[in-house]
Amino acid sequence: MSRERSKRDGARGIPVPRRAFLKAAAASAGAAALGGIPGILAAGEAPAYPKGTKLHLLTRLNFFPTADKIFLAQAEEFGKQMGVEVQVERIGQNDIVTRTTAAIVAGAGADIIILHNNFPHLVADGLADVSDVAEAIEKEQGGYYDLFRADAYVGSRWLGVPQVALSTAMNYREDWLKEAGVSRFPDTWEELREVGKKLKAMGHPVGQAFGHSENDPNTYSYSLLWSYGGYEVERDGKTVVLDRKGTLEAIKLNNALWKEALDEGGLSWDDSSNNRAFLAGSISITTNGASIYFQARDKFPNIHRVMNHAPHPRGPAGRFYHLPVHSSSVMKHSKNQKLAKEFIRYYMAKEQYGKWFDVMGGYGLMPTKMWHDHPAWTRDPKLTPLRDPIKDARAPGYAGAPSRKASEALTKYIILDMFVKAIQGVTPEEALKWATGELRKIYSA
Amino acid sequence: MPAPAESATPTALPKPAMTRLAAIGLGRFRRASRTERREWLLALILLTPALVMLGLFVAYPFVRGIWLGLLDSVVGREGDFVGLRNYVKLWNDDIFRRAAANTFIYTGFATSLKLTLGMIVALMLNNLIGWKRILRASMLLPWIVPTVLSTLAWKWMFDPTFSIVNWILYHLGFIRLRIDWLGGPVMAMGSVILVNVWRGTPFFAITLLAGLQTINPDVYEAASIDGANPWQRFWRVTWPLLMPVTTVVMLFSVIQTFADFQLVYILTGGGPANSTHLFATYAYQIGVATGKLGEGAAASLAMFPFLFLVVIFQLWYIRRGEGGRGSA
Repeated sequence: MSRERSKRDGARGIPVPRRAFLKAAAASAGAAALGGIPGILAAGEAPAYPKGTKLHLLTRLNFFPTADKIFLAQAEEFGKQMGVEVQVERIGQNDIVTRTTAAIVAGAGADIIILHNNFPHLVADGLADVSDVAEAIEKEQGGYYDLFRADAYVGSRWLGVPQVALSTAMNYREDWLKEAGVSRFPDTWEELREVGKKLKAMGHPVGQAFGHSENDPNTYSYSLLWSYGGYEVERDGKTVVLDRKGTLEAIKLNNALWKEALDEGGLSWDDSSNNRAFLAGSISITTNGASIYFQARDKFPNIHRVMNHAPHPRGPAGRFYHLPVHSSSVMKHSKNQKLAKEFIRYYMAKEQYGKWFDVMGGYGLMPTKMWHDHPAWTRDPKLTPLRDPIKDARAPGYAGAPSRKASEALTKYIILDMFVKAIQGVTPEEALKWATGELRKIYSA
Repeated sequence: MPAPAESATPTALPKPAMTRLAAIGLGRFRRASRTERREWLLALILLTPALVMLGLFVAYPFVRGIWLGLLDSVVGREGDFVGLRNYVKLWNDDIFRRAAANTFIYTGFATSLKLTLGMIVALMLNNLIGWKRILRASMLLPWIVPTVLSTLAWKWMFDPTFSIVNWILYHLGFIRLRIDWLGGPVMAMGSVILVNVWRGTPFFAITLLAGLQTINPDVYEAASIDGANPWQRFWRVTWPLLMPVTTVVMLFSVIQTFADFQLVYILTGGGPANSTHLFATYAYQIGVATGKLGEGAAASLAMFPFLFLVVIFQLWYIRRGEGGRGSA
């Protein structure tokens, strides 16, 4: 855990006069953000917050230390100009859930928490309405992608301002595919099965995590399910429809992949196992974000040179993704809600967000459409395939809302374990029956 | 001497009875000498911090947990009273039943193995002539290293691709294919039990060793003169004399193992396919990861009846021992 406080004196970078700061922020936030910093500017005087005001933001440790530094410098600048102290606390992603729960139950703690996935739905009663900020940014930056809306828009209000999603793609070894006589990455799951069979025979299996771990195993299993036309519930969020032909086909395909193409260690893999296996040269293909690529760039240049990214394979119903999403939420218990919203508005404004987004190029996915053509996506062509998954992303609980019930199904790993049970020898029909039964219990409660 | 007023249950008494008790207490306090009064005051002052701590950190969370288990509480909302609905839901939950069965299997195997190995180690250390201090100190290492750190190390050792254990076994010619320690239901459960045994055996060994050292060597000498072989000496002398210590250690270990969380959470997260979920890990999953505090509390409290029986047995056994010594 790192705990860093902004310094009122000597913030990094060139000191910016308060008036210039407000003008710059206003320009980047645009007219749509009136009522925030531009509103303050229009009033002709700097905001008055009581001396000693502190703003506490809790977020996850970022994969990119450079991005963290930029964010911290922005927090310092904001604190300096507003005459407040901004504290940015970073902890492991898994601990965010525990800390948020504790903060809401105790009615104390951070003013802003960057929540992941559908957590705004789960702790809705503890969050303040941030619709004014979210809608201003949406208007100014070309509209949000559906996935962000699904996760942070609860009922009829925004309970989180979309910040970033983490992209995912198929990471693969170009050199080994060429050795196997494959000229392009498989476009369908069936093609992947055929190519994987050849690669495994060459000693380079495909790697996929199936353990109880939050990101990679769920990303894979939900994506595979959706691409074969399977999904959990209807739009009403009640009627369980998992038991359908597409789901059964997805289970059977996965069984075939397991036997013919996948690494046998996957049942106990977590989110980091495939990174290590890929970088060690044990596997040829895996589902992952750009973290493997960046690790390879920094430490394994030989692998960096011969690896690439490709979209997820298609199934009969299309190509889909389950991506982790992050949103900035203001806590209802915060006594600094207005200031908290100002801070979110500030770091999500084009000027600030652009700098942060730029250094994460290829790893983080933008919440709004204006960033689609950002140079970060084309500077390195190998990262371009990570840009478009956001268009085909769905949230667990599809076709219903990503509600608490959807979350319960996700955290109980029902979809993942349906595939795992079939791998372990339960017939696909029985695995499907089990998962459908579990979903019915969840959705009927 | 009449039974002290503290042994009664004040909340269960009608008001006149409570008033009577208070009057008796006050009367005794008035009749007491100055020295007695000072002693009572001192006792009260000394007890207060412990009572406050117990109340704040044990009694309140416990009562609050029971109450939460009867609500449909979610994060940020207190929820409504739903009676035993959370418990009924858990009863019909396959994963919960699996977690319950896992917990008993985990506790049963781990505790039995820890006792067996702990006893062997204690006997060896007791009969050791040299290197005693170094061996005892090094043996304690697994127990004093933070569980999170040691479990992360085990996770690496169990890694299907990079397992050092597999590497050694392979190069020694014992295996031709790698072992997926955490991949199958039986292997995964066996592996988490193994780590628990590795971590918990020193506690057994040191405590049993302390017990062994209280046994008078003359008893062994007498048994040897009577012609008892080593096994008979263990079974007829050591085991019975060590029984009080063994029982207490076993009961403490059962409570700790039954409520274990960190080890499984880090090694498997309850997977694969819920084959290693325990009460505590599943309660965390429901209560924290899903935010359903009421159901999470109910899942956690489901451990209580069993642990309560264990504690009752422990107290009964200790009191019986004290009574036996007192009457001897």
